[in-house]
Amino acid sequence: MAVNKTFKGGAHPPENKHHTEGKAIDNFPVPEKVIIPLQQHIGSPAEILVEKGDTVQTGQIVAKATKFVSVPVHATISGTVTAIDKHPHPLGTDMLSVIIEGNGNDSWMNTIKQNPDYLDLPVDKMKNRIQKAGIAGMGGAAFPTHVKLSPPPEKPIEILILNGVECEPYLTADHRLMLENPDEILNGLRILMKILNAKRAIIGIEKNKLDAIRLFQKKIKSRKKISVLPLKVKYPQGAEKQLIRAATGREIPSGGLPMDVGCLVQNVGTAFAIYEAVSSNKPLIERVITVAGPGVKEPRNLRVRIGTPFKSLIEYCGGYSNSAVKLINGGPMMGIAQYSDDVPVIKGTSGILVLDSKTAFHRDEHPCIRCARCIDTCPMHLVPTELASLVKHEKYDQAARIGLYDCIECGTCGFVCPANIQLVHYIKLGKAILHEKQKISEQSA
Amino acid sequence: MTDKFYLSSSPHIKDRDSIPKIMYSVIAALVPAGMGAVYFFGIQALWIILIASAASILTELLCQLIMKRPVTISDGSAWLTGILLAYNLPSDIPLWLPAIGAFFGVLVGKQLFGGLGYNPMNPALIGRAFLMASWPTYMTVFHAVPKNGTISGIDIITSATPLAVFRHAREIISHSTAYSTDQVIQAQDTISQLYNAQADLFFGRIGGCLGETSAFLLLIGAVFLMYKRIIGWKIPFSYIATVALLTWFFGGTEGLTTGNFLFHILSGGLILGAFYMATDMVTSPVTFKGRFIFGIGCGIITVIIRLWGGYPEGVSYAILLMNLTTPLIDKYTRSRIFGGR
Repeated sequence: MAVNKTFKGGAHPPENKHHTEGKAIDNFPVPEKVIIPLQQHIGSPAEILVEKGDTVQTGQIVAKATKFVSVPVHATISGTVTAIDKHPHPLGTDMLSVIIEGNGNDSWMNTIKQNPDYLDLPVDKMKNRIQKAGIAGMGGAAFPTHVKLSPPPEKPIEILILNGVECEPYLTADHRLMLENPDEILNGLRILMKILNAKRAIIGIEKNKLDAIRLFQKKIKSRKKISVLPLKVKYPQGAEKQLIRAATGREIPSGGLPMDVGCLVQNVGTAFAIYEAVSSNKPLIERVITVAGPGVKEPRNLRVRIGTPFKSLIEYCGGYSNSAVKLINGGPMMGIAQYSDDVPVIKGTSGILVLDSKTAFHRDEHPCIRCARCIDTCPMHLVPTELASLVKHEKYDQAARIGLYDCIECGTCGFVCPANIQLVHYIKLGKAILHEKQKISEQSA
Repeated sequence: MTDKFYLSSSPHIKDRDSIPKIMYSVIAALVPAGMGAVYFFGIQALWIILIASAASILTELLCQLIMKRPVTISDGSAWLTGILLAYNLPSDIPLWLPAIGAFFGVLVGKQLFGGLGYNPMNPALIGRAFLMASWPTYMTVFHAVPKNGTISGIDIITSATPLAVFRHAREIISHSTAYSTDQVIQAQDTISQLYNAQADLFFGRIGGCLGETSAFLLLIGAVFLMYKRIIGWKIPFSYIATVALLTWFFGGTEGLTTGNFLFHILSGGLILGAFYMATDMVTSPVTFKGRFIFGIGCGIITVIIRLWGGYPEGVSYAILLMNLTTPLIDKYTRSRIFGGR
């Protein structure tokens, strides 16, 4: 690559990937208990099918999709449903969850078997298997994948982009998956290309993962439609809009979707899950995560069952260090802080991060000195300090006019702010309040 | 580990820069010029710097105590205001003058507007403008002669500021009918001497305010600040380039495009103003295009004052006036949002 493909703006948080990038994915033992929230995706929650006391097998559907924009939820271990109750959820609010106590033998549904001719399946059947497997975007947003794969006919997908950027510091799960399961990921990519009838595919990988770049370049040598794109190491290179911009030069219009510019982005973990779903009917009951950060003693990459409580994973990784002060679902830039380690791993959990008192940002806010760093680094070319200040002064509509909804909440502005202003907090707050206001006005109308 | 976790919105990590770090970096960048001031003008320069600094910090402390606001004197911003004010004062002034200037600058220019981040104009320049309006004699004629003489042996640049000498000579040449031929010839000679004194102008062996005379020492600090990404290049570059262009075009004595732009860049407070005061984050635009407009505006006003206005030097008024346009510039120069029209 002669030029460094990237986007305008962004920052360079310390990568801190060296703790786990060299460690192979370790299979976490089948847990004794799992907590399966009925909603782990964007859209309508799944509808419960089991009762307290029921016996379930690994891979059995415990709640079905009710609408098109919804996915089913599966039992991730075999055992007995001991409770169906509200339980803390890693995305914040308590959520109705199925709690399963394992019987120790992990017996699987017999519908799961390898089908060697899976690439010849009709497209509808493929999509059906993807929905039935409960797959939702595994990069973090967790949007139901089959919906994303059903663009309207007037918006054909020309370029499929596989997101192997993993720009969040500390996280190495996607990196390890690319190194250890490249063939499965490429087969998932072929399934996706067939479903979308895409002309070409680009695999975007940041240059801090040269081994993965070389491996994929070697694997795809003979395929003309697929290319590997090494990308400049810069946060947030893996954000959908910035990745499409870097890979194709196309800009998603404000308020639009990737399909508006003929593109579609899928995370490498999702491609792997799609391969498993289509080739062998295996539902999404496990995923690879990174457990890392200075607050955990032995950071690791783990393949874990969905529903495993954070607590048992941290114990498996040597427990908390003495200075651990913050527990996060996801990475340090966009992840969500947890008040309890009883929360379970969900489909969108890319990592569990424990920060210590030195790294966790916990300082007083000062007035803005208009240094403009948030503006210079904003990958959406917004004015974060003004957005935050408008929200503080309850001028929500004015904030919406200068791009509140364009913010992708990547956290770059908050990271660079020398006044320690919680810019993302105010922007999220503004969006939430406007959302509430809209709901109220719709009800009264 | 703790029994309770911290909760906050993302991001959960932050880079190491902070407001005090920015302020103390600027102060560090100004140290070479301060040492130069003591070398050129003697120990009096040090007293002026110390008194202005102490008065600034004390005023900030008193304001915050009286207004019952958090005391933030350790963030370095008040100290920086004091230093910048001192650098904008001539050396042979009574020592109560910097104290009053700092008091006024911090009180009226900063604290009455709400403190750091809320002041519309540069507090150090407010202090200077106040002194200029109240004690103009002290502010314009009480320059000490640089102690170590000049490199070029040209003495006229030490008795008054080069810009004042230039202004007087240019006045005589452009109204030559009102003066004797001898006077006109002498004025022409003066101007050519000024143009030949570039080494003194660059290294600072000239009359002028404490911290403004040595472009060389100021540039050392400016390079450091640019390397640290505390100041950008857009405002200083567009400011200095505008001054260069306009003084080359209009600043000569033999018609258009005969001006000596290097003389204008190196004399007066342009280097100090362009790199250390026009770049003040609080009072300059935040947008990409806005910073160019701000720099160009400062340049135009500076040249208008120098060539056609009532004072020999216009840097501080140019920056103060452009400070007032900052909100407007920001409003109309917002970048196109990603994916926007």
